[in-house]
Amino acid sequence: MPSSGEAHCQGAPQDDGIATPLAAFIVMMLIAAVAPAHAGEIPLAERRSGYDMMGRDTRAMQDDDTANPGMLWVVEGEALWRRKSGEANRACADCHGDAGQNMKGVAARYPAFDVKRGQPVDLEQRINICRGEQQKATPLPLEGRELLALTAYVARQSRGMPIESSDKRLEPFVEAGRDLFTRRQGQINMSCAQCHDDNWGKSLAGAPLPQAHPTGYPIYRLEWQSLGSLQRRLRNCIVGLRAEPYAYGSPEYVALETFLMWRARGMSMDSPAVRP
Amino acid sequence: MSALINVPAKAKRGEIITIKTLISHIMETGFRHGVTGDLIPRDIITSFVCRYNGEEIFRAELFPACAANPFITFNTVATESGTLTFTWSGDNGFSATETASIAVE
Repeated sequence: MPSSGEAHCQGAPQDDGIATPLAAFIVMMLIAAVAPAHAGEIPLAERRSGYDMMGRDTRAMQDDDTANPGMLWVVEGEALWRRKSGEANRACADCHGDAGQNMKGVAARYPAFDVKRGQPVDLEQRINICRGEQQKATPLPLEGRELLALTAYVARQSRGMPIESSDKRLEPFVEAGRDLFTRRQGQINMSCAQCHDDNWGKSLAGAPLPQAHPTGYPIYRLEWQSLGSLQRRLRNCIVGLRAEPYAYGSPEYVALETFLMWRARGMSMDSPAVRP
Repeated sequence: MSALINVPAKAKRGEIITIKTLISHIMETGFRHGVTGDLIPRDIITSFVCRYNGEEIFRAELFPACAANPFITFNTVATESGTLTFTWSGDNGFSATETASIAVE
């Protein structure tokens, strides 16, 4: 069930023992005054990656390239990068050359604005667009092993680089993403921001609540026992709110991704990250 | 399928070295049901063997409780220069072999 507005979020005021309609009205006005969208936005200097909140063992697993299972996809992605594909019989490497040089920093600025489409596309979509237009190949299925592998390989080249979100053309999409991030949704009737802006660092079902910065996607999530995209992670939270998840590749997900990258601007990339 | 092996390229004779291996495998337990209610058949790696210049130095048996993409790490003594061979085998005829070389001074 999609959300109602901000003001009726907290249950009926009379539940809190307020006797008169006037008092109820005052309380509602107060809630309305306090609640607007960016109440809890995290100051830039207080931002922390999910990496900083996880245990020592999981951090060690991520840091060692021969223990980080995400690297299995990176290795596969490297092979796919060189493999000729489609009617054009061309490999990614035939145009882009050495990914270590030419893909450096690319993942750190995605989703990026696509002029032809007039909207941002994320890295997975960019790879599939390239497949269609340059390789004349069929798009790889979203969340499939091959697309994740290629994405991980490209994202790996940006490790340690700061996330960049300065393109003015992205602004309306950042705003659309912010709107989705701060909008209450689902049967639980909560917004992303209520956990990740207002209550980060506390516990949710025994696990620390992170700030939700997309520094390391695609991530190897131990719970999944697999690599997964940011969209899969977003789907996870949306299902947790008992809301209807969007279809993979939908503009809503891309807007959320665009907003999250803006929100994490300047933070260091750590793909492929390991997360609990 | 891909595997990652971490063996030190060089070691002193008699030195204890750490070997790390990681392989991609779904490790389907055989206990889960699919959307149709049917049991998803078991598909796991059941054994792992490491040989050092042909001699078996480490063996592990794996079971359905092992997570996907098994990571196995162990120590051995660097005795001589040569090749370490790693073999994983399992259900549905799964078999994978990787090698790494080590120089012992």
